Amino acid sequence: MTKFRMHILVCGGTGCRASESDVIIERFKEVIAEYDYDQEVQVVQTGCFGFCEQGPIVKIHPDNVFYVRVTPGDVREIVEEHVIKGRRVSRLLFTDPTDNAKVEESRKMGFYKKQLRIALRNCGLIDPEQIEEYIANEGYMALGKVLTEMTRDELISAIKMSGLRGRGGGGFPTGLKWEFTKAVKGDEKYILCNADEGDPGAFMDRSILEGDPHSVLEAMAIGGYAIGAGKGIIYIRAEYPLAIERLNIAIGQAREFGFLGDNIFGSDFSFDIEIKYGAGAFVCGEETALIHSVEGGRGEPRNKPPFPSQKGYWNKPSCVNNVETFANIPPIILKGADWFASIGTEKSKGTKVFALAGKVNNVGLVEVPMGTTFREIIFDIGGGIKDGKAFKAVQTGGPSGGVITAENLDTPIDYDSLQEIGSMMGSGGMIVMDEDNCMVNIAKFYLDFTQDESCGRCTPCRVGTKRIYEILEKITEGKGEMEDLTNLKELCEMVKDCSLCGLGQTAPNPVLSTMKYFYDEYEAHVKDKYCKTGSCKALARYSIDPDKCIGCTACARACPVDCISGKVKEVHVIDQEKCIKCGACYDACKFDAVIKP
Amino acid sequence: MKVKSMEELRRIRESHGKSLGIRKGEGEDRIIVKVGMGTCGIAAGARETLNAMIDEIDAQGMENVDVVQVGCNGYCHSEPIVEVVMPDEDSILYGHVDEEKGRMIVRKHLMENQLLQDSIVNETFERA
Repeated sequence: MTKFRMHILVCGGTGCRASESDVIIERFKEVIAEYDYDQEVQVVQTGCFGFCEQGPIVKIHPDNVFYVRVTPGDVREIVEEHVIKGRRVSRLLFTDPTDNAKVEESRKMGFYKKQLRIALRNCGLIDPEQIEEYIANEGYMALGKVLTEMTRDELISAIKMSGLRGRGGGGFPTGLKWEFTKAVKGDEKYILCNADEGDPGAFMDRSILEGDPHSVLEAMAIGGYAIGAGKGIIYIRAEYPLAIERLNIAIGQAREFGFLGDNIFGSDFSFDIEIKYGAGAFVCGEETALIHSVEGGRGEPRNKPPFPSQKGYWNKPSCVNNVETFANIPPIILKGADWFASIGTEKSKGTKVFALAGKVNNVGLVEVPMGTTFREIIFDIGGGIKDGKAFKAVQTGGPSGGVITAENLDTPIDYDSLQEIGSMMGSGGMIVMDEDNCMVNIAKFYLDFTQDESCGRCTPCRVGTKRIYEILEKITEGKGEMEDLTNLKELCEMVKDCSLCGLGQTAPNPVLSTMKYFYDEYEAHVKDKYCKTGSCKALARYSIDPDKCIGCTACARACPVDCISGKVKEVHVIDQEKCIKCGACYDACKFDAVIKP
Repeated sequence: MKVKSMEELRRIRESHGKSLGIRKGEGEDRIIVKVGMGTCGIAAGARETLNAMIDEIDAQGMENVDVVQVGCNGYCHSEPIVEVVMPDEDSILYGHVDEEKGRMIVRKHLMENQLLQDSIVNETFERA
């Protein structure tokens, strides 16, 4: 019998592989063969399931059982108990953090309940290295339909009607971009895929490329047909080796099946794709800088216009779209523009993938309809704040975005609502912060990143971001003056208005938004030299409350620099000279005797 | 092999589509067939029954059925035990299901909703 009755899906994404999911797959194959079940049970390496917090993930079908945090040592038990005898291994099931109940099926987990997976439809379902599995789930049907049934204008109008906007951050309507590029006369045009994902904490593009590379290839061919390009280029950062490997496999298979190459589906359309590697510079996500980098030049942006649709790669008309944008194209073609436009808000259609990270229980990749609120993502899907602490803020849009506070938790998320509250969609990073995060420090962290990633082409960004960073550093070291706050704000506005490209224009956002919502923290740092969270080490001053200390010595034993003195059952004292402000004593004390600054 | 038409693509899709159905099998309107695979069940031939039923379901082209294996049902005297759960109906428990009877259950119960009266252990769990 060749039909497998049971499928064991193991996540093969970068996150789970780092926890030995590749070893788990090998062990499954070995043990299943050992028990002579290899004709009945299939082991499949899939893309990312998104629930990275709980990885490595193993899902067994048709039972629909979802095992979490599996190690190679658990494999034998799963085979002996579940595969052979049909009994669940309950210790490996997911425990719901709200009621401590064991949950077997993923669709009953809070993390998955509110998700709607369009761009991630194949991630965690198919083997990304088998083109047949992609085809089995309607793969390349959209390309076939476009080439055999639709004119280029019909195709572009469908994408326009769907309301799809660029998922890389800017939110420019994709159909319009295609239309502009098609309208420009030229015998040679290019379609480029922007896979230079550089936003710290975001990894949706990598997951799509690793888990479903064919969807991007198919959509690029569709886009190529729309604008009249014969060649596609994927610009991907070299530090995504697994995504590159899977893309190369996928391109080889697509050529073999004739989905890339000459006369695709017997039509007169010919198209091929090439991969170009980037060195991982943040600015190369900007489309003009990306094009320069692909050409072999320095990754520096230039003024627009002319837009890439007029003068792009080697001055030929070019269209640059993001990975997630491409992944949405085939379902729009197959299910219709109306279907896509029925999801989301008035001006932002479809879904968006967010990389949920920071102080939240369920870290991972989530795809939700536009218009979902922050509260739903952080508390329903994300399972709330870690360790029962209080929510303080959430940063969207990475270093280009701003913080969103509790008062905006019920804002429906879309491109426009985020702009209104001083942040932006960006590529979809979502970093959750709790009461222990210092907002000045957070702003400093992002500026450290942008001043480092500034390409240096224009002065406001090159010098401005550096000066902003220096002022923030001064404030967090307790040397700030009130005048610095005024200067900081003015400088931020200047850099925002005068920079050449998106990097500089958005770099001050984290500072401006934290100043807007948490000005009291900035003031406390400057006036009182006080950081209430204790994150700013230079301002921290740990001390011991003599009334509460019972002399248990726990703090002294935890101190890495031995700066706490005191005998058993006597009040302990911290030597401020030697203290490195690590906070280990604060965590060690069970009697709340250590006073945090 | 180059795919040159939608028909060719559909053919590849169909030949590989069934295996993906097992993974997508989520939803309320599916028939669930549970085969008891405790030690006693396996010894009595439950694995052969399970594979025979899957083979028959496949041969009949049924797509809304999930065949899953479960632990011991507690009716060791009547193994192999097969439980059929039709949507919105009480489950039916069959005993002494060998390969041939397994195929019969697929053809009669699953396809025509006719119970195999003489093989039922207890009509429902509630009465057991």
